[in-house]
Amino acid sequence: MNTYVRLFIVVIPVLLMLGCGTTGSAIKGDDTAGSSAPAEESGAASSVAAPDDSGFSGNALSDGSSAPAAFSGDPLDDPSSLLSKRVIYFDYDRSSVKPQYRAVIEAHAAYMADHPAARVTLEGHADERGSREYNMALGERRAQAVRRLLALQGASAVQLDVVSFGEERPAVMGHNEMSWERNRRVELVYAGR
Amino acid sequence: MVRLIVWCAVIGLCVMQPARAVLNIEITQGVDEATPIAVVPFGNSGMATLPVDLAEIISADLQRSGRFSPLPRRDFLARPSEGRQVRFKDWRVLNAENLVIGKITRSGNGYTIQFQLFDVFRGVQLVGYNIPADGRVLPVSGLRRAAHQIADIIYEALTGERGVFATRIAYVTAVEGLSGALKYSLMVADADGYGSRAVLNSKQPLLSPSWSPNGKWLAYASFEKRRPKLFIQEIVSGRREMLTSFPGLNGAPSWSPNGRKLAMVLSKDGNPEIYLYDRSRKKLRRLTHHLGIDTEPVWAPDGRSIVFTSDRGGQPQLYRISVNGGDAQRLTFEGKYNAKASFSPDGKLLAMVHGANGKYYIALLELETGILRVLTDGALDESPSFAPNGSMIIYATRGRRSGVLAAVSVDGRVKQRLSLPEGDAREPAWSPFKR
Repeated sequence: MNTYVRLFIVVIPVLLMLGCGTTGSAIKGDDTAGSSAPAEESGAASSVAAPDDSGFSGNALSDGSSAPAAFSGDPLDDPSSLLSKRVIYFDYDRSSVKPQYRAVIEAHAAYMADHPAARVTLEGHADERGSREYNMALGERRAQAVRRLLALQGASAVQLDVVSFGEERPAVMGHNEMSWERNRRVELVYAGR
Repeated sequence: MVRLIVWCAVIGLCVMQPARAVLNIEITQGVDEATPIAVVPFGNSGMATLPVDLAEIISADLQRSGRFSPLPRRDFLARPSEGRQVRFKDWRVLNAENLVIGKITRSGNGYTIQFQLFDVFRGVQLVGYNIPADGRVLPVSGLRRAAHQIADIIYEALTGERGVFATRIAYVTAVEGLSGALKYSLMVADADGYGSRAVLNSKQPLLSPSWSPNGKWLAYASFEKRRPKLFIQEIVSGRREMLTSFPGLNGAPSWSPNGRKLAMVLSKDGNPEIYLYDRSRKKLRRLTHHLGIDTEPVWAPDGRSIVFTSDRGGQPQLYRISVNGGDAQRLTFEGKYNAKASFSPDGKLLAMVHGANGKYYIALLELETGILRVLTDGALDESPSFAPNGSMIIYATRGRRSGVLAAVSVDGRVKQRLSLPEGDAREPAWSPFKR
């Protein structure tokens, strides 16, 4: 098999690890310094918006477009733009995109069509309930659902990448319905931002 | 049913052990009819101090099984270390049903151990062993393991079932670092929680550890460069081999009973499907073909079929498919959520995550009858894994402050909890027997 890659890394013999449980990371080399920065820092500053706040109707859209036209620069940086919304929330064990997010996705698709160099990673997540690998698959399916809509509305396939973190990277640490609904999400992460 | 809150043993007697690597084990529920047994401190043939308190380790093992109730040492009327010193009436007055005595002897640059197990009321020896049997000696580092082996011999002699005290568990921890970011570790510890050590540390998620059948390797999924990849790693040497790094999911590895193949989930063809990977031929074969989610494959102990989780019926349920492919047969019908199966070693039972009324329990399905029994009462229980003797199931549950590991006997009567001093412990996998 061509794609088969072997990678041998000799870790410090496990006996030496007694007494130093936090050191001796075998994969330090792979793990770039910035990689521990959660997605929230890298372009989804508005991800704190609760799922219910983001019920964008036509109303919200016209609010955005009639805002003072003073904003100059990349529309991605305009806090009043729909592009500032970069988290899509989902129902439990569901991967269908709810109607209130169509406008946000449309705005991002239009931006990507206008900016062919833009690259977006769609990070799928699930809440903590149930089994971890099933949640990994569920997170991927959610991200794929967003990807399909973006592509339908003008983003090109090369601009879109999908990765699922399942329940492994919760946005909120709690163990109740309020936390869970914020964790069932897809984050749009623009490269280099 | 009387529930016994028996005791709380802190496994962490060795000062060399760093505090954060200690797992606490607590018996949260035992059986009423636990057999009273006296384990006498082992004689030490002239050594000033014993390097390891063998009797203490043996007692703790037997206690943890929930089937035995070791008597407190302070009640002992005598401390025999050889058969000729035993007076059975000393033990009958304590109502001890069984008696364990032994001695440890310095020999060359190591140690030898002798022990005997008696039936107190009949006044006869049941078993007696010299360890090692082959005339060699044990290094000091081998004494804890020898104590677990002695506990295994005692357990088997008295219950007829092979003991699992000399086995290990693998699990994943997530601990918040100083920066607030989580640090993940793949850990291996003795079955009593002692001697836990990291076999891999990462800043990105680690999940789904699976033991090779010879107990020497672990397969797992690791996010590296923000993408999931599958690895196998030899535990002793740390030697690591990347198995897959396809676009999409690379997860849920599961070793075949003969060690030659691994089942896994990949979504490289656009959808999560089960694949079998042949290690010697380096060939990948797709097993499932369905638009739904197919994941969490586990091998039946006879190696002929795979049980996996699929939402092809609308909700996650367990299905079975031949390793040669064909149609998948649905196994679970009760409840809206059944996932992450673990086979009992005899292939007759499946443990799983069972969702009902918004809560997630560990349940057991009897394959022949289709009867499902809920074993646990946590709200967020997950990741069941059978002990290699089929007596207990270890799983992850939510403690008051963090994720903890717990174990429950197959009959639901014995419950233990294993917790870390800080951070989450999750995804336990019980090792096979040492070969």
